[in-house]
Amino acid sequence: MFKNSNSVQNRRKLLQFIMFGFFKMSAAINGIALLIIFYFLVSRGWRAITWTFLTQPPIDSMTRGGILPCIVGTVCLSLGAIIVAIPIGVASAIYLNEYAFQGRILRIIRLGISNLAGVPSIVFGLFGLAFFVVYLKMGVSILAGALTLGVLTLPVIIGTTEEALRAVPKTYREASLGLGATKWQTIYRVVLPAALPGILTGGILGLSRAAGETAPIMFTAAVFFTPSLPSSVFDEIMALPYHIYVLATAGTNIEATRHLQYGTALVLIVLVLGLNLMAIIYRARLQKQH
Amino acid sequence: MTIHFQRELEKIKKMLLSLGAMVEERVRMAIKAVESRDANLAKKIIKSDYEIDEFEVELEEECLKILALYQPVAVDLRFLITVIKINNDLERIGDEAVNIAERVCIISKRKRLDIAFDYSLMAEKSEYMLKKSLDALVNMDVDLALRVCTLDDEVDNMLNKAYDVVKQAIGEHPDRISYLINLLLVSRHLERIADHATNIAEEVTYLIEGEIIRHREH
Amino acid sequence: MEKSLKIAIKELNFFYRDFKALTDVSLDVYAHEVTAFIGPSGCGKSTLLRCLNRMNDLISYIRIKGSIFLDDQNIYDPGMDVVSLRRRIGMVFQKPNPFPKSVFENVAYGLRVNGIKDKAYIAQQVETSLKAAALWDEVKDRIHESALGLSGGQQQRLCIARAMAVQPDVLLMDEPCSALDPIATQKIEELIHKLKKTYTIIIVTHNMQQAARVSDITAFFYLGKLIETDETDAIFTRPKLKQTEDYITGRFG
Repeated sequence: MFKNSNSVQNRRKLLQFIMFGFFKMSAAINGIALLIIFYFLVSRGWRAITWTFLTQPPIDSMTRGGILPCIVGTVCLSLGAIIVAIPIGVASAIYLNEYAFQGRILRIIRLGISNLAGVPSIVFGLFGLAFFVVYLKMGVSILAGALTLGVLTLPVIIGTTEEALRAVPKTYREASLGLGATKWQTIYRVVLPAALPGILTGGILGLSRAAGETAPIMFTAAVFFTPSLPSSVFDEIMALPYHIYVLATAGTNIEATRHLQYGTALVLIVLVLGLNLMAIIYRARLQKQH
Repeated sequence: MTIHFQRELEKIKKMLLSLGAMVEERVRMAIKAVESRDANLAKKIIKSDYEIDEFEVELEEECLKILALYQPVAVDLRFLITVIKINNDLERIGDEAVNIAERVCIISKRKRLDIAFDYSLMAEKSEYMLKKSLDALVNMDVDLALRVCTLDDEVDNMLNKAYDVVKQAIGEHPDRISYLINLLLVSRHLERIADHATNIAEEVTYLIEGEIIRHREH
Repeated sequence: MEKSLKIAIKELNFFYRDFKALTDVSLDVYAHEVTAFIGPSGCGKSTLLRCLNRMNDLISYIRIKGSIFLDDQNIYDPGMDVVSLRRRIGMVFQKPNPFPKSVFENVAYGLRVNGIKDKAYIAQQVETSLKAAALWDEVKDRIHESALGLSGGQQQRLCIARAMAVQPDVLLMDEPCSALDPIATQKIEELIHKLKKTYTIIIVTHNMQQAARVSDITAFFYLGKLIETDETDAIFTRPKLKQTEDYITGRFG
């Protein structure tokens, strides 16, 4: 039955070796891609990063000076988006997963949410323009932009929160209810704390997405140029991704501002990675507690 | 595992039945020895008793092993407990056969003196009870077992009669007291065999019904 | 001691959608006794246990007919407050399921959700419960560390302490030892013996020897029906019905 076992063994070993190598390489490509992008940005943009660049508004038709308004704008917009999206997203996920009757209507709602995640971001931009800016008369403002980005990140947050809630063992809920806790007490005291790391992951993903989007803020929050920092949520604002887009496509001197474009991109990447890192550290600390 | 357990129980049952057959054979030989005053046959019974003793120990160990390994409950538990008790009774019946054989050895050396007591009838009855109690076990027959229990009284009465007859004979032949006492003891041993057979029947009833009927009027 | 009726199950029928999981179950459970439910998987014994604290209510597609009286009060009355019912009937689950909180917070949880704020009382109640669960000596030095660091057997005793902290009348145990090693199992069984002075205990178990060891009354279920119930020693030495005997001697199916 096991004739030729030697040659068969060798063939199996070879196949194992090839497949393992293939998987290892695929995994490595991910890391390498990130490294290449980072190298690309750093090598071309590092000269632009100066104290002035980070702390001054742009001058001379944005060919010199800094990008402070853009940094402030992006931080405002993405944090605003998260502040809007997390409570609504988590609350809907709790409803869908804990309270709602598990039936056909719920499946349709879920389908809707996952389709919402697939809608192109420019469509969100147009929706924001029509609904927040024009219909609700918010004008082009941080508020309108943050709300638009919030709607954009909602599906991500609902999806990951539901995943996190589902991962909480059923026995926790039963134990809590068995002790005479109400449903809300069970969710608030047991389920949510246990799901928090997972929910935070959703927040991180949402935050990164919000910080990097250009299309949804183009019509709702961002402007070509404003030298002043915002004083209220109704002010319009500059943002990093939109600034890059502007410098690279519509600036007064595109070639001369190349290093500024790469510098801005570098700042954006570092900002997003920094936000992620903070959240990851916080999440790790939470998980360690349990 | 259950099949294995069932097989073990079957093995126990077979062992018990062969022990029963061995003991029955000894009792029959003992009775024959009494009837024929055959000292050689009696010696053969005495010599071969170790076989029964060894078999009893083997069977008991087998039961203990199953109790420890399978922790049986309900009918299986009752079966094993019953086997252990019947095993004990059978071994004692074997001993009674030896006791009878020993009496025969003594009697056969003396001059024959017949008394007005029919040993063959009593022996037949005791042997019958033993046989039927074992049949009740094999066929799980409660009615038969209960019938065996009622027979015990008849054998007891026979012993009383033997006692009276021997007492009278001692009065007539005061010089043969030792011989006559040995004769009385034979009937006493036969009565003990019937008692053990009754025990077996009672244990069979417990096995089947789950109720202990010992110490109760039949 | 006079036996007093604690729970009376009357003509209980239970449906999962169209599947009838329990048929006409009637059973009396007496105070300060351990009642064991045995039977093959899917016989309805866990379902019945979960009817007793209305844990089945969590599933939306079930239907229940019949009644269960706890101290003369029908727990399936429309007016019954399920939350306070569950406080009176504690439950211990198959797998140890301490919350990802400290040992102290696990035991205090039931008190806190029931609105008790008095810190001294909570601390005292936690200690009493842990002592009653024979766990205090093992955890008193790490009472504020995570409960997930305890061994499986300790976790299960913690769950028992947690259930006892709210002072229920009845403890339901759903195969409490199935995930534990023999030593931990033995400890839980000893604990059950000790606890029956205070509580009425109902235990579902797959381990027949365990039912024989810990319970006073054994109820045998098969295909959603209560086949036979009797004192445990009677069930395990001379059951009345052949079905029961076949099950406990392993001659099943």
